[in-house]
Amino acid sequence: MSASSDFATGTAASAAVAVADEGAKAGGGRGQTRPPSRTSRSRGRGIGWRGRFEVALLTGPALIIFISFVILPVVLAAWFGFYRWKGYGMPSDFIGLDNYRWILEDKKFLAALSHNGFVLGVSLATQGVVALGMALLLNRKIRFRSVIRVLIFAPYVISEAIVGTGWRLLMQPNGAFSNIMDALGLDGLAHTWWLGDKAIAPWTMMMIVTWKYVGFYIILFLAGMQGIPEELYEAAAIDGCSYWRMQLKITLPLLSPTIKIWGFLTIIGSMQFFDLVYIMWGPTAEHTGVSTVATYIRYEGSEANAYGYGSAAAVILFIITFTLAILYQKFIMNRGVENPVAPRRGR
Amino acid sequence: MASDTTYYTVSGRPRPAPRKNKRYSGGSAVVYLCSVVLIALCMGPVLYIMVGGLKSNSEFTTAPAAFPSNPRWYQYGEVFQNPDFWRQFTNSTIIAVATTVGVVALGTMAGFAVARYPFKGAAGMYSLFAAGLMFPLTVAVTPLYLLVQFIGLLGDLPGVILPQIAFQLPMTIVILVPFLRAIPYELEEAAAIDGCGRLGFFFRMVVPLAVPGMITVGILAFVTSWNGYMLPLFILSSPDDYTLPLGVAAYATEHSVDTARVLAFTSISMLPSLIFFSIFERRIVGGLSGAVKG
Repeated sequence: MSASSDFATGTAASAAVAVADEGAKAGGGRGQTRPPSRTSRSRGRGIGWRGRFEVALLTGPALIIFISFVILPVVLAAWFGFYRWKGYGMPSDFIGLDNYRWILEDKKFLAALSHNGFVLGVSLATQGVVALGMALLLNRKIRFRSVIRVLIFAPYVISEAIVGTGWRLLMQPNGAFSNIMDALGLDGLAHTWWLGDKAIAPWTMMMIVTWKYVGFYIILFLAGMQGIPEELYEAAAIDGCSYWRMQLKITLPLLSPTIKIWGFLTIIGSMQFFDLVYIMWGPTAEHTGVSTVATYIRYEGSEANAYGYGSAAAVILFIITFTLAILYQKFIMNRGVENPVAPRRGR
Repeated sequence: MASDTTYYTVSGRPRPAPRKNKRYSGGSAVVYLCSVVLIALCMGPVLYIMVGGLKSNSEFTTAPAAFPSNPRWYQYGEVFQNPDFWRQFTNSTIIAVATTVGVVALGTMAGFAVARYPFKGAAGMYSLFAAGLMFPLTVAVTPLYLLVQFIGLLGDLPGVILPQIAFQLPMTIVILVPFLRAIPYELEEAAAIDGCGRLGFFFRMVVPLAVPGMITVGILAFVTSWNGYMLPLFILSSPDDYTLPLGVAAYATEHSVDTARVLAFTSISMLPSLIFFSIFERRIVGGLSGAVKG
């Protein structure tokens, strides 16, 4: 539930999390992200000046770009946040924590933040279950498996700008969705103000969010299921275990790392949710109960030429996201059932 | 599928069953039914967009969900004749290709250093890049806009490309480091005996061996860049520089009464990513699978 960068970020985060998970296991349960330990062969060997030069050559360009365009903007945001600033020249009108106070007192901001919370809560409550059920169904040798995967992944691959445009037309009160509901005899669901009614719009949004991202989670769970050794199912079958019991006793516990990754991605994605709302609702998002912190930053910050204010809001969002991510890593990622089959160090 | 269940019910001595993916036991009719429903739900809105591009505008009010009585294929044809579409297509392509090349090149180089050079701070550098995953673009986008303005790239394609490379690097490095680490040390030693330094080893051995990993990472970078909306929205203000997602949004606003043409434009715009994804589907799922296993 996030910007379109989610596809990559998603995979990325999943990988990072997986690595962090492994590191934590190896390192006695401390939750630090660190690369797996190096083989003893190369340890303790100095790399000399030539080696250092090569390292600088190899990592230099990536570090420069990464620090300039990822780290620096966040640091700049923290700095701008203390100023009243319209974006021209250097910020000079230092106002301390006033921006932060105004933001935290702004009902619009608090509403936007609560909408992010709504997206997060509903996503956690529904999407995992749906995706897991579908993945279980599809994790069998059936015909057209590859085609089915492509088709359920399609909503995820298409840009938010495109699906947002399509859904906006689809959900007009006299649009195709109402028409279908009419045809199905569900009069109560037809001709509703799906996008404009404050009581309904957030749920419409959640429906579209689920439609857009559930395919990705199905694939994520399917990928996780590929990693579960076949022997376990064979052994269970020999012991006369039923299909559903196998899923409950084998698949679910062994899938828990993937399920935790899903939770992590949902948190990050829900907090930075922007594209779909901005395209489908635009400035009306605020009045229909679907604004998010990201759309707030766009409308109250850069579009209002209030760069200091927008930066302060971004910093607040960053602190909330980072805190949630760290807490999640600390309390959820590093607990749970370990894979009993995976080779373990020190045994 | 009933015949396969016999493997499971064999009692006594376990006999070597064929090692195939067979975790199913009956109920395949239900599975197919669920798949069909799921596909219908996923593809319905996509098909609505595609079919909508063939309708006349009046049909949207008379029969919004029906197929057009007289498909207007020329509305698709008009999109291909629209110079805006081709300009946006070109911009999207330039940005996506440059981002992909940049990310893969820089990510592989930095990933190789972190994975294979035993220098102090390798772990720290890895953590720095991995932490980048938690820096959402949403947070950085306003100062990023100012930064890009400051270095004079506002409204230029490189103003989108450079930040996109930066934001894709964490993912790339996190996926590639385990991959590069898995290349056997024996190879490196053999190369060293033959007088090949680490850099030579990198270019002659690592790069060719890492191609599958680089492809996975490259596809992710390409699709993300192709669909990117927020960053181009902030950086590219002139319609001449619009990418396809920006162009679709702008077209939908400009021609809001001409629903059919909006949908025709939208349909054609989503074709590239759909085609691209169907070609590389296996790579993406395979890459994800590796990432999940960690």
